[in-house]
Amino acid sequence: MKKLINNVDDVVRDELEGIQLAHPHDVKVSLDPYYIYRADAPVQGKVAIVSGGGSGHEPMHGGFVGMGMLDAACPGEVFTSPTPDQMLEATKAVSSGAGVLHIVKNYTGDVLNFEMAADMARDEGIEVESVVIDDDVAVQDSLYTAGRRGVGATVLAEKICGAAAEEGRPLSEVADLCRKVNDNARSMGMALTSCTVPAAGKPTFELGEDEMEIGIGIHGEPGRERMKVKSAAEVVEILAGAILDDGVIGSGDNVLAFVNSMGGTPLIELYIVYRDLHRFLEGRGVTITRNLIGPYITSLEMQGVSITLLKLDDELTRLWDAPVKTPGMRWGA
Amino acid sequence: MNSVGLEEVLAWLREAAARIEEQKEYLTQLDSAIGDADHGINMNRGFKAALERLEANPPEDIAAALKSVAMALIGKVGGASGPLYGTMFMEMAKAIDGKERLEAADVAAAFRAGIDGIKARGKAEEGDKTMIDALEPAYAALQEAVASGAGVGEAIAAAADAAARGMEATIPLVARKGRASYLGERSAGHQDPGATSSHLLLAAAAEAWGS
Ligand SMILES: Nc1ncnc2c1ncn2[C@@H]1O[C@H](COP(=O)(O)OP(=O)(O)O)[C@@H](O)[C@H]1O
Ligand SMILES: [Mg+2]
Repeated sequence: MKKLINNVDDVVRDELEGIQLAHPHDVKVSLDPYYIYRADAPVQGKVAIVSGGGSGHEPMHGGFVGMGMLDAACPGEVFTSPTPDQMLEATKAVSSGAGVLHIVKNYTGDVLNFEMAADMARDEGIEVESVVIDDDVAVQDSLYTAGRRGVGATVLAEKICGAAAEEGRPLSEVADLCRKVNDNARSMGMALTSCTVPAAGKPTFELGEDEMEIGIGIHGEPGRERMKVKSAAEVVEILAGAILDDGVIGSGDNVLAFVNSMGGTPLIELYIVYRDLHRFLEGRGVTITRNLIGPYITSLEMQGVSITLLKLDDELTRLWDAPVKTPGMRWGA
Repeated sequence: MNSVGLEEVLAWLREAAARIEEQKEYLTQLDSAIGDADHGINMNRGFKAALERLEANPPEDIAAALKSVAMALIGKVGGASGPLYGTMFMEMAKAIDGKERLEAADVAAAFRAGIDGIKARGKAEEGDKTMIDALEPAYAALQEAVASGAGVGEAIAAAADAAARGMEATIPLVARKGRASYLGERSAGHQDPGATSSHLLLAAAAEAWGS
């Protein structure tokens, strides 16, 4: 394993100290327990938004703390969900009395730990709503399974709900908006290479030189299907095709197209994917009216890409365009 | 052994922590096949923290020891297994609250409460390819041993054997809960990491309470 770290046990702590040093005006960092929160928290009268999940997906979630997005983020160990004590302390630190929204990605660990934290916060008199994001079409949904994973839609939900909270909307409305984003967004990802969890020291799975994995998660979980590497245009057809086949987005819709790097795929390839996605959607009568291109929800150094499409209306478009000022995403501010 | 007290429970927890440390790589390797390659790392972090807690604040009784382990697991493991095992230890603590020594029947009752706690939180049933697939057969064996008048040592040994069979029986199953469920049919052919760590916990008890 080759990584720029000092000690495998200190990866998350060292990163948090770096974030604090780099962004002292935007965020504060708690090292015991771990959480990142807005430097001006709690913001009076505003609904607070807390998210969290395993580390290794940077800039999500810690990089999205700041004006117009998250009030706090709880990083777990690499690819391991954070624990209830972190979520509880983060919730308390940013709660202004207007209520707190927990945005949770649908992984059993994240869901169970956030459930425990929400129960504890409610015991302390804080109003908490939780919304679980599950947008990954690679996973067959069923009542009897853990359901779909939360992936790219999480980034979009955090941005859009953050804007709504900034406008002073009440907790129930911000939570409804979060569900609306989740209902109208679909994602699918693929990997060209595996990734190495520092504490594990070797790649999570093996992929041959000429192979790719379709329907990958963001934790190096193997995907649905392994096949020979194909061209960017063919990969786009598989991913975006599966998203459209899911039935939520179709001809006549305006969408936000989010082309995300899994960490190791450079921008030059993301733009090629974007070009092919643009063509593909045009052919299917779908119009891209907003886009987001870059590494936003990553899987350490994995090479690969995910595509998320969010069906937009005027409200979602306006909230997407609203100012945001965080280490990982900023415009209009 | 016909009953166990605080000393024996602590001996079990030390044995469990040692086995988890020893099997850390193996558990993680199982999790890399159908999960995200962290189960051994998570469990080892949690049980290390549990031992530290027990040393820093020596518990007064068995319930306090189990509660302390629960808090360490909930606070340090993360992942799905943290809240699940944390809930299990918490419910076991409640079930034997105030008891100085545990007979085989007390152990069975505590174990039942612990499994029910995991099921209430994680909503998994037998056959979903989770830790439940090692725990439920272990409980059945424990219960049977108790009914036939076995002491704690003999009963827990029967439970550990049944857990081993339950663990191996997860291999052909298709996962319906947890991260492995994302793989669908591809999860078949691999042993569940959580069922494996559950077996370790029981095997540690059988060792500690053996003679
Ligand atoms: N809903 C559930 N109920 C019971 N056990 C579960 C459930 N979900 C997952 N597990 C168990 O947890 C184990 C995985 O634990 P771990 O790797 O620590 O967490 P994570 O899956 O969040 O990375 C699985 O092997 C399985 O036995
Ligand atoms: Mg795991």
